[in-house]
This record gives sequence, structure tokens and C-alpha cells, in this order.
Amino acid sequence: MKDRWARILAPVLLLLFLVGTWEVLVRWFHVQPFILPAPSQILIAFGDNFALLSWHGAITLSEILLGLLLGGLGGFLLAIAVFYSPLLDKALYPLIIGSQMIPVFAIAPILIVWMGYGLWPKVTVAALISFFPLVVNVSDGLREPSEPAVDLFRSMGATRSQIFWKLRLPASMPTLFSGLKVSATLAVVGATIGEWVGSRRGLGYLMLQSNARLRMNLVFAAILMLSILGLLLFGVLRIIERRVVHWRAAKADAGEV
Amino acid sequence: MNGTTALRIENVTKSFDQRSTRIPVLNSVSFELQAGTWTTVLGPSGCGKTTLLKIIAGLETPDSGRVLVDGSAASQLGATAYLPQHDTLLPWRTALGNAILASEIDGRSKDEAKREAMALFDHFGLSGFESMVPSQLSGGMRQRLALIRTFLTQRSILLLDEPLGALDPLTRATLQKWLLGVWDELKKTVLLVTHDAEEALLLSDRILVLTERPAQLQLDQGVQLERPRDRGSRALVDQKSQLLELLLKEGAIT
Repeated sequence: MKDRWARILAPVLLLLFLVGTWEVLVRWFHVQPFILPAPSQILIAFGDNFALLSWHGAITLSEILLGLLLGGLGGFLLAIAVFYSPLLDKALYPLIIGSQMIPVFAIAPILIVWMGYGLWPKVTVAALISFFPLVVNVSDGLREPSEPAVDLFRSMGATRSQIFWKLRLPASMPTLFSGLKVSATLAVVGATIGEWVGSRRGLGYLMLQSNARLRMNLVFAAILMLSILGLLLFGVLRIIERRVVHWRAAKADAGEV
Repeated sequence: MNGTTALRIENVTKSFDQRSTRIPVLNSVSFELQAGTWTTVLGPSGCGKTTLLKIIAGLETPDSGRVLVDGSAASQLGATAYLPQHDTLLPWRTALGNAILASEIDGRSKDEAKREAMALFDHFGLSGFESMVPSQLSGGMRQRLALIRTFLTQRSILLLDEPLGALDPLTRATLQKWLLGVWDELKKTVLLVTHDAEEALLLSDRILVLTERPAQLQLDQGVQLERPRDRGSRALVDQKSQLLELLLKEGAIT
């Protein structure tokens, strides 16, 4: 219990300290708001423009979620295909890893040319950036079951598909969620990049517009909104993870007794 | 003993490739198991006992020779109930869910399987733990659960690979008693692999002793001891030291 409070309290206190220092320094040195606004000004801007931020935030969030869904699903299916086909594994895996060396920033403008200014280029960037952690983690997860466990299933006369559904898939859940959490944070980055390169709405668009008009407090408010969205997404994934990977939680409980 | 042959092993030979050398593991092993009997394979560590079980379970194919389950030489996959040496309980399933795994794979009714499982949970002293996951159970309980799972596999031949190997002596003795009780009730054909001579004498109708690698059958002996057996009885202690002597001649036993 004590441990749990420390886990929550310690980062909150550190954050308050950092933000407090920021506030004091900005006031002390009379930093111009268009260079660096004080946290209090950012909060005020956040409150005043909440409707605006929410509207743009909803658009960015839908890009993030769609990107994560498509990228995640693609990564998941690719991992399964690579696992079951040695030929695909040999042919595709090096390309998948190689593809990660291409900076997504470089592709985003091309996607704008191909897909226009709408939702899809952002979704695509988010999907491209978030599929890789899932490929790697699900591949590892499917290999998780030990040889004796696979032997047990085979000795029972289990088919390949039974071994997949009843053994490999559940065994891959812990690593799948590790990958999904990384993918979620990357999807936020991907959607924002997509909006920077060319868009008419979304938090990334709002940031660029506000930046150009030297409304720095709104830029920061948009960043704040983006962080909140990212944290919410991460939190929701944690909750789902705890439900799906329930046996890990049971283990932790047993350890405390 | 009703005299019918449940399992026949004919001249099974197996070797493995390790890097460039070929390591012979089993050298022309032959024996038969009568239905409803308990046979124990005893042998030095690393002599190929596990390989033998895997071949019988259909997980490995012999280089030559064959295995007949109930007179049939068709693939044994799915024909026997195999308990691997390592903990193979599924951590995400409850104890009950683990127990009925084989029935699920066979596509049998879950309710029926659960009813059967409950009776065995009772027998093995696991009542009340049905909804716990393996990580919440002790080592002894996990092993009992693995045994329940094996018994619930609707097969007449059980292949047990050192099922009690990792347990403390007290748990081990209790489990031996439980095992005998269930076996007596369910009339299965058991092939147990162990390196423990005392365990072999306490449980089996017949003991097969293997030589060091490449393993050959060096002794095939019926156990003439009245049941229930007492580990302290003169006859058992005598036979145990004879077996140990035989094993020691073969090299280290662990």
C-alpha cells in the first residue's frame, strides 16, 4: 500500500516541482509570453480555448486510434504470417527491419501528395510508425510457449490451429500489450507529424497556426492536450491489459502474501 | 491384469544429430505393456528415458522399429496421455480450465469434463482451488493438477515423465499414495519414467532397467511384493539395493 502511494506521489511531486521552478523562473526573468509562457498562462489558455482544443483534439485522437488500429492489426497479422511461413520470415523480416530505417518524416509529404489533406495520410503515418513494435513483440510472444508445452498439445492430438488459439495466442498476450503500449505513444507522434506536414485541422495544425502567430501559450496548451490524450490512451490500454493478462496480476498478488 | 497387450514397442532405435556427430540414444528397445498394469522405466540420468516416452507419444519418430498402441501402428499423436517432465500448466487458465484441456481439444462437452474433473480434484485434495490460476498454487498442488489433467485425458495409456521428481520427500510420498489410489480406481495402463528405485518398487507391477546411452533393456523384472507396499519392508529394501547396485554399475544415477 505504502509502495503504491509512493509510486503515485513521487512523480506528481517531481512534476509540481519542475512546473513550479518554470513558473518562478519565467516571472523572475520577465520572459516574454511569446517566447515561453508561464505554466499558469498555459493553464489559462487551456481553459479559455478548451472547446477549440477539444474539437481539434477529437480529430487528432481519431487519427491516432485509426492509425493504431490499422498499424496494430497489420503488425499482428504480419507477425503471425512470418511465424508460420519460414519463407516469408526469410524474405520479409529483413525488409520490415530495413523499413524502420526510413524516417517517417520523409514519407509524410509523399502521402499528402497521394492522399490529399484529409484524415488518411495522418492515419497512414500513425499506422506505419506503430506497426513495428507489434510485429516484433507478437513474433516473440508466439515463440513463448516452451517445447514441452507444445509437445503436450501435440500428444493430445491438437491441430495446428488449436495450438495457435489455445497456446500460442494467449501466451503472446503479455508481449502483445508491451508492444501495443509502445505503439500507442508512437501513434501520437505519427498523427502529429502527419498534421504538421499538411492539414487543415487537428492539434498539430493548431500548433503550427498558433506558432506562426506567436501565440505560444496556445501552442503549449495544444501540447498539453496532446499529452493528456496520449496518457488517456496509455491508461485505457493498461486497464485492458490487466483484464486480458489477468494471470500476471494474480501472480503479483500471490507474491505479496 | 486382463492379459491384453496395450502397447508394444518393437526394436525401437533412435539417434540424434548433434553438430556433425551422430549420438545413438536408443538401441533396439523392445517390450510390451499389458493393459491395466503399472510399468516403470528406470535408468541412469540422460540415458534416453524421455526420448523413449516421446517416441511412444508420437512426438519423435524412431529411426527404425515401431510402436503399436492397441495393435495399431497409426500415428500415436492423440493416442496416449503424456505428462512432460517440465511444468506445462497454462498460466492463464484456472486449475479447472487446465484440467479439462484434453477434453477441449477432443471437442467433448465441457460440462461433462468439468464434472469428471471435480471428482478428481476431490480425490487429489484440490477441492476449493478450481478457480485459482497455477501461479497461486504451490509446487505440489501444481503437480497434482498436472496429474489430474493427464488422468482426464480419455486415453487408456498414461506416459508419466518423472512426475514427482521436483517435489520434497513428504509431498512425494503423499502423491505416490494418491497416484496408486487413482490408478487402482481408473484401471489405466501406466508407463512411468523415474530415476528413483524406491518409487519404482512402491508403485509398479514391473520394472524395466535401461543401460547407459545408447540405452538397451538390461533388466525386465516383475515386482513380487504384496500391495499395499511399505517402503520400510525388508523385501522392498533388499530389492532396492539390488536395483541400485545394477544402476551404479551403469554409472551415475541422479
